[in-house]
Amino acid sequence: MRTDMSDRSPTSAPPMPPDIRLSFPASPLAVRRALASALEGLAHLDLTADEQGVVELVLAEALNNVIEHAYGSQHRGWVELACRHLSDGLHVEIRDEGRPLPDGPLPIAPDRVNPAALETLPEGGFGWFLIRDLARDAAYHRTDEANHLTFRIAVGLPLRMH
Amino acid sequence: MDFVSDMIGDRMVVTVQSARIDAAAALQFKDGMRIATEGASARVLLDLSQVDFIDSSGLGAIVGVMKYLAPERQLDLAGLRPNVERVFRLTRMDTVFVIHATREEALRDHAH
Repeated sequence: MRTDMSDRSPTSAPPMPPDIRLSFPASPLAVRRALASALEGLAHLDLTADEQGVVELVLAEALNNVIEHAYGSQHRGWVELACRHLSDGLHVEIRDEGRPLPDGPLPIAPDRVNPAALETLPEGGFGWFLIRDLARDAAYHRTDEANHLTFRIAVGLPLRMH
Repeated sequence: MDFVSDMIGDRMVVTVQSARIDAAAALQFKDGMRIATEGASARVLLDLSQVDFIDSSGLGAIVGVMKYLAPERQLDLAGLRPNVERVFRLTRMDTVFVIHATREEALRDHAH
């Protein structure tokens, strides 16, 4: 299955080694460490503080989704994160061997919140919403019992055009 | 995750003394806040000025604490740094909470 969320097809990356390739166990603490390593690995891009914040947030949301939904608390597994910076931004690939995403479009967050309805305010489900808002070209494939999520974050652009 | 809570006037001010409220810390945050706000007054101010990063799990935990304190007690926020402010803004949660630039401003506004 392949689900494209955007009207633009993903840019194919040239065959060069990624800036970052990390493999780590599916746990929240391992995600925290992976985020720190990833940002360290991107230091040479001289991203602004704002761009670093966006990168950390999108990576956190995508990786947390894998931990919570593909694996869940019952399952142990590994997550692979690869990032490569190109002229149109940071290309990210996340691979895991957990449960597939449900069929259909990528899950998007609940409706915009209604401040008046305190009881019904969601306490979760914002992850995909933030990914959708901050990332481009998100695509998902299920192949060989593995999930592959790819997306691009428009940071570190030559003219700082987003 | 460490918290400091002070009574300032009739308001309880809880300061989070950690840099992150993320998926790894969300549960600890909720538990810690329940303890810190035990016997709290009607207004609770959460000072986030030491927090540099939250994700949607951290946001969910803050919303959970707000719902837990309601309806008798109101949770206001102060000192959102840029990475934290971004998450509140993009999810529109900035329309749900009363957010003060700083703790000092929140306490000054409330003094009248």
